[in-house]
Amino acid sequence: MQMPEPDAAIIAKRPEIIDQLNRIVPGGPFGANVITDPDGLRAYECDGLSAYRQLPMVVVLPETTAQVSEILKYCDDAGVKVVARGAGTSLSGGALPLADGVMLGLGKFNKVLDIDYANRAVVTQPGVTNLAISEAVADHGFYYAPDPSSQIACSIGGNIAENSGGVHCLKYGLTTNNVLGVEMVLINGDVIRLGGKHLESEGYDLLGLVTGSEGLLGIITEVTVRILRQPDTARAMLIGFDSAVLAGDCVAAIIGAGIIPGGMEMMDKPAIHATEEFVQAGYPLDAEALLIVELDGPKAEVDHLIDRVQGIAADLGAGYFRVSENEAEREKFWAGRKNAFPAVGRITPDYYCMDGTIPRARLPEVLKRMDEMSKKYELRVANVFHAGDGNLHPLIMYDANVPGELERAEDFGADILKLCVEVGGVLSGEHGVGVEKRDLMGTMFTEEDLNQQQRVKCAFDPDSLLNPGKVFPTLHNCAELGRVHVHDGQTRFPDIPRF
Amino acid sequence: MTDRLLPQTKKDVLDIIRAAIEDKQTLEIIGAGSKCDWGRPVNSAALLDLTKLTGIMLYEPAELVLSAAAGTSMMEIQQALAEENQQLAFEPPDFSLLYGGNNSGTLGGTIAANLSGSKRLQAGAARDHFLGFEAVSGRGEQFKSGGRVVKNVTGFDLSKLLAGSFGTLAAMTSVTVKVLPKPDKTRTVLLYGLEDDAAIKALSKALQGPFEINSAAHLPANIAVRSSLSYVASSGGSVAAVRVQGPGPSVEVRCRAIRALWQASGDVDELHGHNSDILWQEVRDIANFLSNAEDQIWRLSVPPSAGAGVVAAIASQLDGEFYYDWGGGLIWLAVAANAGNSATIIRQAVDNSSGHATLVRASAELRSNVDVFHPQPAELARLSRNIKSSFDPAGVLNPGKMYKADG
Ligand SMILES: Cc1cc2nc3c(=O)[nH]c(=O)nc-3n(C[C@H](O)[C@H](O)[C@H](O)COP(=O)(O)OP(=O)(O)OC[C@H]3O[C@@H](n4cnc5c(N)ncnc54)[C@H](O)[C@@H]3O)c2cc1C
Repeated sequence: MQMPEPDAAIIAKRPEIIDQLNRIVPGGPFGANVITDPDGLRAYECDGLSAYRQLPMVVVLPETTAQVSEILKYCDDAGVKVVARGAGTSLSGGALPLADGVMLGLGKFNKVLDIDYANRAVVTQPGVTNLAISEAVADHGFYYAPDPSSQIACSIGGNIAENSGGVHCLKYGLTTNNVLGVEMVLINGDVIRLGGKHLESEGYDLLGLVTGSEGLLGIITEVTVRILRQPDTARAMLIGFDSAVLAGDCVAAIIGAGIIPGGMEMMDKPAIHATEEFVQAGYPLDAEALLIVELDGPKAEVDHLIDRVQGIAADLGAGYFRVSENEAEREKFWAGRKNAFPAVGRITPDYYCMDGTIPRARLPEVLKRMDEMSKKYELRVANVFHAGDGNLHPLIMYDANVPGELERAEDFGADILKLCVEVGGVLSGEHGVGVEKRDLMGTMFTEEDLNQQQRVKCAFDPDSLLNPGKVFPTLHNCAELGRVHVHDGQTRFPDIPRF
Repeated sequence: MTDRLLPQTKKDVLDIIRAAIEDKQTLEIIGAGSKCDWGRPVNSAALLDLTKLTGIMLYEPAELVLSAAAGTSMMEIQQALAEENQQLAFEPPDFSLLYGGNNSGTLGGTIAANLSGSKRLQAGAARDHFLGFEAVSGRGEQFKSGGRVVKNVTGFDLSKLLAGSFGTLAAMTSVTVKVLPKPDKTRTVLLYGLEDDAAIKALSKALQGPFEINSAAHLPANIAVRSSLSYVASSGGSVAAVRVQGPGPSVEVRCRAIRALWQASGDVDELHGHNSDILWQEVRDIANFLSNAEDQIWRLSVPPSAGAGVVAAIASQLDGEFYYDWGGGLIWLAVAANAGNSATIIRQAVDNSSGHATLVRASAELRSNVDVFHPQPAELARLSRNIKSSFDPAGVLNPGKMYKADG
């Protein structure tokens, strides 16, 4: 993975850039808002994909939209690159700094601005954590549905930039389906508002485009999300199977019966063991695959659906079945799954978390081939899946201190993602492309596909100053991309009926 | 007479668009033509008619996914889904009556207009169910985006841009959508006799409860009386309605709770499955309720709690008929064909809250003279133009359909 060559001329201008940033965002009683010392910068050198590290040229922590606008306008004029950072939990290196770039941290945008129950919407600053939104409305019985496992730490702005998912997304949608509006600053300093408390925007759906755009199109400075009423009841069940194939069949049968559970997750045997050792959730250690199925809604509905799911599981020969009897038990059932990453972290010096999506029906085949790859690369793998929507998180275990193992883990990971694409799936379900999957984009997209995406980038950021080096394997110049390719005058269509 | 080009394959579409670029000609993209009067009139050298690109290419009910050629009729799609007891959860409206046609359009056209019905309130819009596409851009390049799986953050979500772009960016040749099971049971709870403001507050109160309401409408008395259902028409007053769907036992419990919640506000009643379907179809398809075929029809999207206020502001200056969907957040408004200044009055009222107003039906003359789509602030308009030219720099596709400046 190669990042663009830092621009020596920009680095030479560092003192001047720092002066300008200090002018725009003066320090307050609690210290400077512009960080320049190596120790201070160290805290920003990587995100959740810690295999890649780079000290940023400088970090700036603005507090207002006007400051963000001024910073961007200055950077645009001076030709300085900008990388946004929310909480820095990205698993794809989306917030990896640049040696010749300003890192713009949104940590000070940390207030919930407006809670509007009549319109079931919350307006918040982007640095507020995902969980804090749910907590702010919990007293009134509401919550914000998308719930990434990192929800205690990750910011809502980062969620929008990554279009993050979580276990509730099967029934309640991804970030993109739950965001109503944003305020955003463009690289030229323009402040635009997309959407709002109204449900639908008209014109080109820039809100939809910006969601999942990984900080490449603008800096989000305010967010409006839709909140949902908490269900009356939620109950989780554990269903153990002798084989992943049967567990996969069970998932298909539940959905085939017209049931869309609040969450439907799967773990394979290594993941069951790792999590059970870590949190003692009561998982069956002899099962080859474990489903956690949660049903939520009115009590009558939950009881009814639990019976139906139990029937489906029994017909498929489930060897283990347990339903949570109270809230504490429900949380315990989830504790293992929600802590799967740290749990695996305990049994291996390092792990590498993958994030492909496949059509669900291909699961058995993909598992089998992953097993073969595990043997080939001589690295263990534990699997957790968002089974309901085919999103896989294989956790490849390795030891970075053993020469060559990191590279082997990366090659193994790349093979898994290529396999996902081969069976009709995609490279990333929710963690984003970032730097991590950037060079694999060609396995899913043609050059024309990628060029069109980059032209959209050019429409927002013609000099490619926002988060360059992420998402796209080759950086094209916008003028070159904009040219229309004229064909040689032979494209006629004699066979096409005209009248 | 404009040429009508009828490509049979996506390669034909590519050739036609490339030829148009070379010849500096323009094309108007049409599906079945069911909504071609939505948007500004397009003056193009030829029609690019996609109705020969038909057929369901992939439908896997257990995977909740369907792909079809863009010109496949909605009728064919709905039929295939019904056979598996599935549906498009965004409930695309059928505007054949509204526009005086006789077909319900194509899948590509539904997506290009981002058309959703009452259930959008809970289930999301067409764009939320649109997973991927193949298309030919106005540059004469074939490209794709998205895929066939729901969880996908690989690259920019160009599907969102294409949904609601009214054929101004690219000609879609195939479309992949998420499908969902049909609910077991449907019920609608009715609340009679409230003024707009009180009705929308009652809807909001119900929507804040744990009832999983997926549709919420309010019909003022003059609209309710046009319903074909006597439960709705014969009360003589206004009718507010919410729909709940799901497994039988759950629907019954939720209906009872909503009735209890509303009891103190007015008379309450309940519609069963078949009548529910009729009511929500009437709400969705408009023409039964706003039945004068000459009227201008406007579609307003505002914060739900602002709905009644926006309407009151408009009604004080303009005679019209209206009703509310999406808990007050969607307003369908009919004003006389010759009502002067309607655009200014309506848009001023909307701009005082937030949202937009679209002129959905009007004479070609009016549609070329006023902004059909809500005018955008300068920075946004600039960005929209950049987006348009990133896909279609020469302005070959549907010139001027959305914005005058692109014509
Ligand atoms: C233990 C763990 C578990 C996780 N579980 C999940 C999970 O279940 N589901 C899931 O989807 N993800 C998960 N993630 C990944 C990560 O938490 C999400 O991608 C999250 O949304 C990132 O938010 P952040 O605030 O940390 O963003 P950052 O990491 O700071 O940034 C991510 C990207 O967003 C951009 N960005 C951030 N803020 C803004 C802004 N205001 N404007 C414009 N661009 C911005 C950055 O430039 C960068 O490209 C997990 C991560 C960890 C470490």
